[in-house]
Amino acid sequence: MSNLTIRPIIGMETHVQLATRTKMFCGCPVEFGAEPNSRVCPVCLGLPGALPVINRRAVDLAIRMGLALNCRIATFSKWDRKSYYYPDLPKNYQISQYDLPIAAEGHFELPPRDAGEPRRVRIRRAHLEEDAGKNLHEGLDHTRVDLNRAGTPLLEIVTEPDLASADEAFAFASELQRLAVWLGVSEGVMQKGQMRFEPNVNVAITFGGVEYRTPIAEIKNLNSFRAIRNAIAYEIDRQVGEWRRDHDYTLEKCGKLNLGWDDDRGVTEFQRSKEEAHDYRYFPDPDLVPVTISAEQIDAIRSEIGELPLARQERLRMQLALTDVDAATLTADRATSDLLAAAIAVGGDPKTLCKQFISFWSAQANARSTTIAGLGVSAPRLAELANLTRDGTISATAAATVAQKMLDVPAAPREIAAAAGLLQVRDEAATREWVEQAVAANPQAVRDAKENPRKRQAAAGFLRGQVMKISGGKANPKLVGELIERRLAEP
Amino acid sequence: MPAPIDEATVRHIAHLARLKLSDDEVHRYTQQLVAILEYVQQLNRLNVDGVEPTAHALPIVNVLRPDEPREPLGAEKALANAPQKAAGFFALPKVLDQEGA
Repeated sequence: MSNLTIRPIIGMETHVQLATRTKMFCGCPVEFGAEPNSRVCPVCLGLPGALPVINRRAVDLAIRMGLALNCRIATFSKWDRKSYYYPDLPKNYQISQYDLPIAAEGHFELPPRDAGEPRRVRIRRAHLEEDAGKNLHEGLDHTRVDLNRAGTPLLEIVTEPDLASADEAFAFASELQRLAVWLGVSEGVMQKGQMRFEPNVNVAITFGGVEYRTPIAEIKNLNSFRAIRNAIAYEIDRQVGEWRRDHDYTLEKCGKLNLGWDDDRGVTEFQRSKEEAHDYRYFPDPDLVPVTISAEQIDAIRSEIGELPLARQERLRMQLALTDVDAATLTADRATSDLLAAAIAVGGDPKTLCKQFISFWSAQANARSTTIAGLGVSAPRLAELANLTRDGTISATAAATVAQKMLDVPAAPREIAAAAGLLQVRDEAATREWVEQAVAANPQAVRDAKENPRKRQAAAGFLRGQVMKISGGKANPKLVGELIERRLAEP
Repeated sequence: MPAPIDEATVRHIAHLARLKLSDDEVHRYTQQLVAILEYVQQLNRLNVDGVEPTAHALPIVNVLRPDEPREPLGAEKALANAPQKAAGFFALPKVLDQEGA
């Protein structure tokens, strides 16, 4: 086919579980994995006569997220009933916000790709609502309902269709999650369903001077970033394929549809067309009075927000001349990023600190399934270790060993290094001895270095590594380098 | 102006509420709902230009509570009146159509 251009049009709806202790409209604790139906009360069971009362913390967190997304915060916000009939929804309606959401008309900027412009994603609205319970059917001849989750506070964030590819949707989702966690708005644990994504996908196809738009598909309930990317990529291909077979496969003629994503098979599956979708019969909830939000309240919440992760990432990248990836690693979570700043503030060498955070501190944190901040090492101790490394008191290799010991021993890094015999030896005689051992053990490397100019550098580097190994990380790398050069210059 | 109520609308609303109506009932409820709507539509004669829409019948705002846990009912009490239960869950006939929030 000639002159065919394809432009994906993607919007995202995200359900963010707010980091409250209790539910949206009752005092039941929010707790994942509790005994079924043990965290319920007359309100979230929908028993007759029970009345909901708004959780103040949920409102504050929604405002915080709204502000971070550059939204206009409503000065007057109200509650509506969204009616549908399903066993996990005990009242037969969900309390939500229809026409007066708490936040609207914002935008979120994704970092530029390949040195381009930042990509702006418009936020249409963000509203508060309650989660439903859980139905279980698998392997059963009946359905079981657990209402522990019913009433959990959610912030539903809806974008305009500004995402242009599966990769961009992936970037948006992961940045939104980082932001929500950074702000303390959500714990953001995907495995617990604390962030759930529903992309709306269709494709504008231009062919022979005519633009066709495929039906808009809403892919329900994705809870991993990988699934978001795969489901959207699949859906774009599927829609273009359908249209190639039949040019009447358009939004105009076929309407909208809801799809599910089968992660195991890697395909989207038809659930129902939107024409069959329930008519939700929204109306104002008479059980709940509106919420007004003052300018002072908004200012107070705004002042708690501080620097956002993408801004900090960019600042670190510029100030410390880091790569994008390293800057992103150092701003993956707020506590770790704040810890790095504190270690720099007490005099730690910034470059060395960054290097050590990215290398062995990250590895230690990963091994313990926590963040670097979660390791509990104080800023002054991190700074001391960095400075011992920078001034050559210990080698970079030894620093990793000291770091490991610092997690178990409260002593100062220098004492730990001394006790483990890891302080560097600048003694020239001892170092020369290690160099001789390395040379004797590696005649081929010595020959390469002396006789083959193309291999010289690699061979010398190999010998330096061997000396460090023989010395148990104690040798001073600079001195080792000098002595090896001198040794190789000998006939 | 709201769409007029006809028998198809009544069947649709009954389906949404999971009510099974006989043809006779559909006919009767259609007439009743048409009459109710006509009565309520008297309100359309009022001039409400410049009047703020009413969000709530009470002149009260901001009834909120602190985010402090209270003792839940517990599973035993929660399930006490359930017509059917199984292994600590409410039990019901198998549901197939999946519906998101």
